This record gives sequence, structure tokens and C-alpha cells, in this order.
Amino acid sequence: MIELNQFLILSALLFAIGVIGIFLNRKNVIIILMSIEIILLSVNLNLISFSYFLNDLTGQIFSLFVLTVAAAEAAIGLAILVIYNRNAGSIEIEKINALKG
Amino acid sequence: MTAQLLTFYLFSGVILISSLMVISTKNPVHSVLFLILSFLNAAGLFVILHAEFLAMILIIVYVGAVAVLFLFVVMMLDFKTSINKDNILQYIPIGILIGVVFIAELIIVLINTKFDLSNIQVLPNPLSDFTGKSNTEAIGSVLYTDYILYFQLSGVILLVAMIGSIVLTLREREGVKRQVVSEQLQRQGKIDLVDVKSGKGIDI
Repeated sequence: MIELNQFLILSALLFAIGVIGIFLNRKNVIIILMSIEIILLSVNLNLISFSYFLNDLTGQIFSLFVLTVAAAEAAIGLAILVIYNRNAGSIEIEKINALKG
Repeated sequence: MTAQLLTFYLFSGVILISSLMVISTKNPVHSVLFLILSFLNAAGLFVILHAEFLAMILIIVYVGAVAVLFLFVVMMLDFKTSINKDNILQYIPIGILIGVVFIAELIIVLINTKFDLSNIQVLPNPLSDFTGKSNTEAIGSVLYTDYILYFQLSGVILLVAMIGSIVLTLREREGVKRQVVSEQLQRQGKIDLVDVKSGKGIDI
């Protein structure tokens, strides 16, 4: 029988992979958006596994809302990426320094 | 029950390997394809957890819409990425450090904690009322009654995202001739109606 801890360890590993992806990637912003999607997937997995093991439907409902927000975030992020590429000609993270931060 | 365990290990292994490939491949198109593979296997895990509706929604929304959107953007934009080895290697130590700290902390907490779910008091249990119903029916009967405000708010979020991305990417081009119907209809005194005699023609 699968235990809750196995699912939690899996989603922790997925979350860590997403965070490492954000830090390691220095080439283009699209990989960072995909890392955010991986992080949200691990959160969904966490919510759904708790929902199953607690026999409570609330986790699945919240997972549905996380899915909605993730879709909206991906659409806005890609739109910003498209116009940034149109204006600046590049989406390399090294070269995005308009704010001199 | 071993078959269930084997299925879990198969799906989770494929998820982990394909997510590692997402963040490590050079080609963004391959990254998107590995992301799709990862989502498909996550849908398999959701089926194991008896969340069939969310598994199908994951396939439809993520694989069908979000991943295809990523694929469109990756293929339509012309990325001029100059691959500079020094800059890439510069960030590997801090990435590895943060990742190892993260994984170690989470795994230590999870291994040392045995969740005793029998002691947890949940809210009045929504699932127990729906023993004869399917997962989709149970979600629907909770989502449209108890969580109707959040459902409507998520609709508003999607509307804002749609309007925002349309407004962001809308582009007015200069010097393009196009038909303006209102100006055409407002023309006055520029049309003459002439009664032309048969066989004679008119002088302009």
C-alpha cells in the first residue's frame, strides 16, 4: 500500500527540481516559466494526496483553483515574453537589465 | 497492492527524470515536450489517488492548452541565445547548494514525521456524503454550492488574464490601408448621379 509520505517526498523532489531550474537557468525566460509550472504541479500533487488520505474533497477543489491560476499566469507570462522579445530583441536573462538591479 | 506500488514508482520515476530533462536540455522545444511527458505521468498519479476528474482536467488544460501555448511561443519567437559556457558554469555551485539544502530539509522533515491522519479533525467531511457518486459528481456538488464565490472569482481571474494578454500583444501597425466604414458613410457632396442617354456617353 502506498503511504502518504511517498507522495510527499515525490512532490518535495519535484518542488526542489523546479527551484533548481529557476536558479540554474541563465539562458531564456521560457525555462523559468516551465520551472514554475513544475512547482505548481508539485503543489497540486501535495493537495490531492492529502485530499485522498484525509478522505476530504477540499484538496481537490483547491487543486482546481491552483490549476486555473497557473493557466492565467502562463498566458500573461508568455504575452509579456513575446512583447519583450519584440522590443528588446532578446530574452536572455543576462541581458535583461533595464532596471540595473 | 504491489501492482499499485509498482505503478506509483513507474509514474514518479518518469516524472522526476522528465522534470530534470526540462531544466537541463539546451533546446526549449525538447523542454516543452518533456514537460508534457511529466504532466501526463502526473495525471496517472492523480488517477491512482482517485482524483479522476482532476487527472482529465490536467491533461486537457495543461497538455492541451498550456503546453501547446508554450510550444507556439517557443517555435514562433526567434531566440538568439548566445551560449556562453563561463556564465552557465558560474551559477552551477549556488544552484546545487540551494537544491541540496532544499531537498535535504524536506526529506529530513518528511522521513522523521509520521503523519497520523486518524487524529486530524477535518471539516464536516464532504466526501463521505457522496459514497455512491463518481468523483466528478462529488466535485460538482461541492464546487457549485460551498465554493461558488471562489469559482466565480477564478472566472474573473481568467477574464483578466485573457484581456491582459490580448492588450499586451496587440500591435497597431503604421501605414496600413484599411477600410473605415464610418468615414465612407459620412461622405457628402462627392457623388453625382447622372442620367446617361443611351448610345451617347458622358463627358467628365
